[in-house]
Amino acid sequence: MTTGLLLVQILNGLQFGILLFLVAAGLTLVFGVMDFINLAHGVQYMLGAYLAVTFVALTGSFVLGLILALAAALAFGLALEFLVFRHLYERDHLDQVLATFGLILLLNQGVKIIWGAAPLSVPVPEFLSGNVALIDGILYPTYRFALIGAGLAVGLLLWFVVDRTRTGMLLRAGASNAPMVSALGVDIRKLFMIVFAFGTMLAGFAGAMAAPILSVEPGMGDTVLILAFVVIVIGGIGSIRGAFVAALIVGLVDTLGRSFMNDLLRLFMSAPSARATGAALSSMLIYLLMAVVLFLRPEGLLPSRGRT
Amino acid sequence: MSEPVLILEAVRKSFGALKVTDDVSLSVAPGELHALIGPNGAGKTTLVHQISGMLKPDSGAIRFRGEDISALTPEKRARRGLARTFQITSTIASLSVLENVALGVQARAAHPLSLFRNAARDAALNRPALAALEAVGLADRAEVPAGRLSHGEKRALELAMALALEPTAILLDEPLAGVGREEGERLIELLSSLKGRYAMLLVEHDMAAVFALADKVSVLVYGRVIASGEPAAVRADAAVREAYLGEEG
Amino acid sequence: MSTAPALAETAAAPAPRRHIRLLLPILLFGLLALAPLAVSLGMPAGWLALLTRAMIFAIAALSLDLILGVGGLVSFGHAAFLGIGAYVTGIMITEGRAEALLILPVVLGICALFAAVTGAICLRTRGVTFIMITLAFGQMVYFLAQALSAYGGDDGLTLYEKSTVAGLDLFSTRTGFFYCVLAALAGCYVLVRILVASRFGRILRAARENPVRVSVTGFDVTRIRLIAYVISGMVAGIAGFFLANHTDFVSPAFMSWQRSGELIFMTVLGGVGSLHGAIIGAIAYLIAEDALSHLTEHWRVIFGPMIVLFVLFTRGGIVGMIRKLGGGGGA
Repeated sequence: MTTGLLLVQILNGLQFGILLFLVAAGLTLVFGVMDFINLAHGVQYMLGAYLAVTFVALTGSFVLGLILALAAALAFGLALEFLVFRHLYERDHLDQVLATFGLILLLNQGVKIIWGAAPLSVPVPEFLSGNVALIDGILYPTYRFALIGAGLAVGLLLWFVVDRTRTGMLLRAGASNAPMVSALGVDIRKLFMIVFAFGTMLAGFAGAMAAPILSVEPGMGDTVLILAFVVIVIGGIGSIRGAFVAALIVGLVDTLGRSFMNDLLRLFMSAPSARATGAALSSMLIYLLMAVVLFLRPEGLLPSRGRT
Repeated sequence: MSEPVLILEAVRKSFGALKVTDDVSLSVAPGELHALIGPNGAGKTTLVHQISGMLKPDSGAIRFRGEDISALTPEKRARRGLARTFQITSTIASLSVLENVALGVQARAAHPLSLFRNAARDAALNRPALAALEAVGLADRAEVPAGRLSHGEKRALELAMALALEPTAILLDEPLAGVGREEGERLIELLSSLKGRYAMLLVEHDMAAVFALADKVSVLVYGRVIASGEPAAVRADAAVREAYLGEEG
Repeated sequence: MSTAPALAETAAAPAPRRHIRLLLPILLFGLLALAPLAVSLGMPAGWLALLTRAMIFAIAALSLDLILGVGGLVSFGHAAFLGIGAYVTGIMITEGRAEALLILPVVLGICALFAAVTGAICLRTRGVTFIMITLAFGQMVYFLAQALSAYGGDDGLTLYEKSTVAGLDLFSTRTGFFYCVLAALAGCYVLVRILVASRFGRILRAARENPVRVSVTGFDVTRIRLIAYVISGMVAGIAGFFLANHTDFVSPAFMSWQRSGELIFMTVLGGVGSLHGAIIGAIAYLIAEDALSHLTEHWRVIFGPMIVLFVLFTRGGIVGMIRKLGGGGGA
């Protein structure tokens, strides 16, 4: 294992973590503020990617395609909110789980019908297609740097909105005590819709940004969704800061575990058994991490204040 | 006088900057009815929660029958003989009245979690449960789901659920709240029939009931006990009149 | 599907209702027992295989109903137990240990162990977090199975032999296997029904409605739920054993998270908390899936919205509807 390889994997881990954060941020707010479990959030990530495929191809411009994809993802999310989700806020978790599960079945299959089952891709935009030289002449794609940068910028924006604005204050208050906020005369439904729209946009943005580096295929949102759950549970429900920290931890642990677990185990065991154990262990690593965190701190690493 | 059953020693609890329980010490002797009064927001229910184990005090000790129970879970306290009722009635709405009471009987049975024996036809549960229902005058309602009882009946049911535990002490959190005059009088009669047999800590707003029932009264204001003693003495206490009774007119 | 009404009626059922509650399961099992007869009278043979598969999932849905319907715990990782049962069976058959009396204790033991360990962690949380963690643990087992390269990994494991029962070759004929599964389903149903009616079951039901009351009455709610979780996992493991023997194949897809979602839907479809509702739900689900998938390969496009509409517009599931028809309105 060289320093260069380690550095590349750390960057990969960071970039994966940033993607997870974008998906988890919206989810955690929706959980925290509305106590609403939205399994279809992962589908919105997938839709972001598919819409990017279509609009980038259509316009020939990555930026323009991205903007159009975001707008379309938002419109679709709002339509879903209007048709389905708003009828579920008052229901119990079981109903929410089932209805959003039904939506996943529909949308995963719907995507297959419209775009086909084969993986698609989006070309990396021209102006970000180069590489950046790291130490010892090791190259790292500029686009991935751009992704990390964009994610950090969104994170910063989110922190500003949640921590520094009136809407953010209501959000934080709503996350710990929704009846109180509604007693203050705030239209809780409108607040929910804003939170929801915001979360949808973030998930769509993550999907669109991931499109050039991942294969765009049906079901791609499901894996991300479950990882986002792990992130939220580790970070603490309703906590943006928690989601950020946990997303980076999960991204790094997963990426580094997959690349270095074999080498690590080779120190103790023979090559074939190290390969077998390494594969099993590295795929379970983040879940084990989650179990340990929960065992020590059932409320997560950085629970949102005022929530008990 | 014999050794108190329940002793609170310098119990403190804060929610952020708000001191909800501020250095509270009090004791309840066997068979004694100790009333805890105080204006709304004085921290009475919070104190009951700490004694029953639903909240943890920040500091201080709670002793029950000579044992420090401060660190025990609610279920362990209940099994040691500390029963409670709730300010907002808390029963299992879908279970019948008899089944609700049988929960308490079951808790102290030899095999409380037996997996296979049918519980509904279990005489070892039903007989003592029915006895407790008779004690509170609900025996004829035994088969009705608890959710369909009147408010006063639910209060009586909660009392029967507490009695079914065969407790040493009972914490009563406003057992008369929201109950009509007639049902209230019946409940007061019932409570007075229990006096002497159980140590009771009674949180109550109805002053007539408190001074009719209590052997001892403590006054809680902003989390502090400002007076404690014989009912007559407390009623005469100037500080109490000013802080609390005065308001009531 | 608010669960309270279903149980409210169970608890307070006056005598005639009680007969209806017994009638439905008896009718259900009677009809199932006659199914092979219908095949010999001309129903297509594939139909029996479908019904067998449905009964296997009914065992899993029944086990889920114990924690979800009776205990009020929305577990989204239940397919893991199905998968563990199937994999233990598949691996033991591959290793030349096909005897059911040997496999089943191992299945039960491993499922119990997994349930105890993950349950102890999951049950420290509640609500949305509980749902997410059970889902995550389910996913963990899924990835573990994918990484089992010695036993097929991602591609799954084909079995070239079926289990024997006490040396007898009961599983080799379609009808024989059908009756074995039916017997297992009936046994599990009776077992879970006895559990729900027991002292333990009463506390589990009470804790779903009012855990605080139950704990100040002297019961450790978490421990009671953990016991239910472990039992439920073990019963689902039995379903996994039969599933492996039914398909002669095990693969990670057995425990995908969609499978967990389907199990929840089966349970809710039939009517949550009523136990035989889970059986009816599983059978209805598999028949609907079979019919729709013959119609179009994109059957999920029809099925997904059906689930959404079902959640938005019905309450009480199939059993709830039967009850309304038979009893002239609920509580």
